[in-house]
Amino acid sequence: MSEGARLSAAYLTPGTSSFADFLADQAPDLLPARRAAVPQGSAADLAPHGTTIVAATYPGGVLMAGDRRATMGNIIAQRDIEKVFPADEYSAVGIAGSAGLAVEMVRLFQTELEHYEKIEGTTLSMDGKANRLAALIRSNLAMAMQGLAVVPLFAGFDLTTEAGRIFSYDVTGGRYEETAFHAVGSGSLFARGSLKKLYRDDLTEEECTIAVVQALYDAADDDSATGGPDLTRRIFPVVNVITADGGRRIPDDEVAALADRVIAGRMTRPDGPSAALT
Amino acid sequence: MSMPFYVSPEQLMKDRADFARKGIGRGRSVVAVQYADGVLFVSENPSQALHKISEIYDRIAFAAVGRYNEFENLRIAGVRLADMRGYAYDRRDVTGRGLANAYAQTLGTIFSSGGEKPYEVEVFVAEIGDEAADDQVYRLTYDGQVADEHGYAVMGGATEQVVAYLKERYAEGAPLQDAVRLAVAALGHSDSGDRVIPDEHLEVAVLDRTRTQPRKFKRIMPPRLAELLGERGPETPDQPSPDDDAVGGAPSAPATDDPADPTDQVSGGVPPLEDPTTGEPPVAPPADEPPPAQPPVAPPAPPHPGEPPIAP
Repeated sequence: MSEGARLSAAYLTPGTSSFADFLADQAPDLLPARRAAVPQGSAADLAPHGTTIVAATYPGGVLMAGDRRATMGNIIAQRDIEKVFPADEYSAVGIAGSAGLAVEMVRLFQTELEHYEKIEGTTLSMDGKANRLAALIRSNLAMAMQGLAVVPLFAGFDLTTEAGRIFSYDVTGGRYEETAFHAVGSGSLFARGSLKKLYRDDLTEEECTIAVVQALYDAADDDSATGGPDLTRRIFPVVNVITADGGRRIPDDEVAALADRVIAGRMTRPDGPSAALT
Repeated sequence: MSMPFYVSPEQLMKDRADFARKGIGRGRSVVAVQYADGVLFVSENPSQALHKISEIYDRIAFAAVGRYNEFENLRIAGVRLADMRGYAYDRRDVTGRGLANAYAQTLGTIFSSGGEKPYEVEVFVAEIGDEAADDQVYRLTYDGQVADEHGYAVMGGATEQVVAYLKERYAEGAPLQDAVRLAVAALGHSDSGDRVIPDEHLEVAVLDRTRTQPRKFKRIMPPRLAELLGERGPETPDQPSPDDDAVGGAPSAPATDDPADPTDQVSGGVPPLEDPTTGEPPVAPPADEPPPAQPPVAPPAPPHPGEPPIAP
């Protein structure tokens, strides 16, 4: 890669449109999963862990939100970490698990999608993107066995079916399409329980945003590793919304306003809104 | 004893340059014009799928003329180099200058090495900065020369008329609409008069620093293009040149055997091993007798029709 030298033959050889494959040939040490062997035993406490990510679809789009906390054991490693990233124009990826590895994997995934798009002149299909992410997760299995698992949640707007779609993964690279909503990470059980009661399939974008903020609040309420809204520092969840017009992050002040409404409601009813019994 | 032909290095380089220039001169031109918000590329390209202008990275674009397979190779190499550097370091560390250098070294080495055919391509690498003053357009020729262009640049066939047209009318810091109109008019300009290139035969793309996304490259598709160009009068598509249909056109072999001509491919009465133009092996002469319609021996009938034959 030294500047000024002739491009090596590998660059000029036609073939793969996959950046990860090219990287594996040319600079394998840069692959997140290809690193020097970690000594036997659990390495889970070495690096911060990201916690809760939720995603939900609504008519015309899909939302993904993540809390802002990273933990190392009982320590809060970072209060304002960002765990939801745009993967390309029409998709986003949120990460739970070992934060450093996950961020690296997201960077590789983003490059992978952009690389394909530039070389082929067309974007990958929604399923194609989901499968590429599965391949990246699969290659990380050895690290996952030692406690450095990366568990992403992938959501995007499928331009062919014109609907939002959500994919979840396991550490072996298994890929599962979810309907309506899903959550991953340590607080995901509580978030999913919360969304179960709050979610309806006719929510508007704003209502859906409130629903995921409520779900993250419930997750933070019962899971010590998930960060709730930080009122003194004004740190609120990251919410990405993806529609037919592409993806965007909802500005912090808008999320803050919604979070303030959620908190105001919890002042009178700490467990959140009640669902009808029948 | 046979003597190898002596060819002076000057002659060798000149021949290779002529060869490359001839290939490039056949192609239709690409124009790059700097305008207020970035760099505009316009090319006459009837194909909607085989692009001459493409994105390399956030702020870097690529345009080329010449042999498609060769510049496509360079384009992919550029995308790989840029993505590799952006992934290994950071997105800000991918520069047009670095890419232009890599292309220059590659083209230069190929041109001067005896073993490889010189690339019949000419390439623009453009990069936009935060302000118009930081915009760069590099022009790379088949032999690896790099030139830093300012304002406007043209490459491909029949560039003189287009350059002359642009030189007369180019204004710095023009808005997009003026730049598109100027570039399209320049491409349609020739000594025999001006013609209106149909919208669908134009490939137009910009590096636009006002885009909010990090990726500043954008193609301008026909609906928006028609809006920018406005009413232009009757359209005249470019006439196909005789070279367009010359797919795999090999020179026809001289029909006579001339012992004085060393390039002569006909020798005496011996038929060549393969057809010199198509590369196909010669067709075998027909046999004297047509092959018999029936095999000479009828296959033995099963001993008991309707029953499976039993192995002895």
